[in-house]
Amino acid sequence: MANHQATGTAGALPGRDGWRSVVTDVSSDQRAFKDVPWGKPMMWIFLLSDTFIFGSFLISYMTVRMSTTVPWPNPSEVFSLHMFGQNVPLLLIAIMTFVLISSSGTMALAVNFGYRRDRRMTAILLIATAALGATFVGMQAFEWYKLISEGVRPWGNPWGAAQFGSAFFMITGFHGTHVTIGVIFLIVVAVKVVRGDLDRERRGFLTGRRGNYEIVEIMGLYWHFVDLVWVFIFAFFYLW
Amino acid sequence: MEHAGEPHATQDAEPTGSHAHGQQHPLGVYFKIWGLLFVLSAASYAVDWYQLQGLLRWSLIILFMLLKAGLIVAVFMHMLWERLALFYAIVVPPLLLITLIGIGALEAGYTFLSRGTFFAPTAEEQQRPAH
Repeated sequence: MANHQATGTAGALPGRDGWRSVVTDVSSDQRAFKDVPWGKPMMWIFLLSDTFIFGSFLISYMTVRMSTTVPWPNPSEVFSLHMFGQNVPLLLIAIMTFVLISSSGTMALAVNFGYRRDRRMTAILLIATAALGATFVGMQAFEWYKLISEGVRPWGNPWGAAQFGSAFFMITGFHGTHVTIGVIFLIVVAVKVVRGDLDRERRGFLTGRRGNYEIVEIMGLYWHFVDLVWVFIFAFFYLW
Repeated sequence: MEHAGEPHATQDAEPTGSHAHGQQHPLGVYFKIWGLLFVLSAASYAVDWYQLQGLLRWSLIILFMLLKAGLIVAVFMHMLWERLALFYAIVVPPLLLITLIGIGALEAGYTFLSRGTFFAPTAEEQQRPAH
C-alpha cells in the first residue's frame, strides 16, 4: 500500500499501478480517490456537470447551424475590427484569447507558489489572474455592445440566419458569467492568502472549513476550465 | 504492539507530507505549456487570417483545439499527475458526449435535407418527376 502513496511529488509520474489502483480506489468504502483532498473531486464533478451544460449549448448550436437553409453570418467579418485603415478579422477575439490564456498561465504559477507557501507571490499572481479575467469580461462587454448596436438580437441579425444571435448571446453570455464568478472567487481566495488564513488554516467564508493552499489549486481548476471552454468556443463559434 | 509497525508509521507520515507539497512541479513546465498555448492560439488565428477553407481548415482548427484542451487539462489542471481512477472518472463521461454530438449532427443533416427537399423551390422541382 505504501508504494503508491507517493502522489504529487515533483518530476516524473508517480507509480499508479495501472488498473490495480483504479480497482483499489473504486472498491474503497472510505474515500473513492485515495490521497486526493475531498474538495478536488468535488470541484472536478462540478466541472464535469458544467462540461455537459456547455456541451449541450455547443451541440444545439451545431444543430441549428447545420440545419438552417438561410446563410450563416461569416464570423470572420462580423467580429472584425476596423483598425489601421483596414478590417482586421477576429482581432478582438484573438486578443481576448491571449488574455485568457495568460490568465491561465498566471493561475498555474499561483498554485505552484501557493504550495511553496510563498504568500506574496501567490497573492500577486492571483490578483494578476483576476485582473486579466476582468479585462476579458470588459472586452466581451465591448463586443456585445458593438454587436447590439449593429442590430444583432437573440431573434435576428442583419446578415442572415436568426439563430446566430441566440447562439451567440447564449454561449458567450454563459461563458462570461463563468469568468465573472471566477474573478470574484479569485479575489476571495487572494484575500485569504493575503490575510494568511491559509497558513493558519483559519475557518472562514466560502469554505467554512480550515483553509489551506489546496483551495488555491481547487479554484485554479475552475479557472482553467473557463479557459478550456473558451478553447472550444473559439474553435466552433469564431473559426467555423 | 502491532500498531507500532512500520506500515502505520508511513501511513501517518504520508498525508502530512503530500499535504505540504501538493501538486509541486518545476516552474519551467508551466512556462513551456504557456508558450505552447500561445503558439497554438496564434496558429489557429492564422487559419482564419489566411482564410484557409474546406477540409484543411477543419482539420487544423480541430487539431489545434484538441492540443490546447489536452495541454490545459493534462498540465495546468494536473490530470497528468492525478490518480488513474480520478482520471477515468473525469475523462470518460465527456467521451460519451461525442455520441450526443454524432446524434445531433445526423439529426441536423436530416433536417437540412428535408428542408431542402420540401421548402426550396428548385429542389421541389427536381423531386416532383420522381413520384
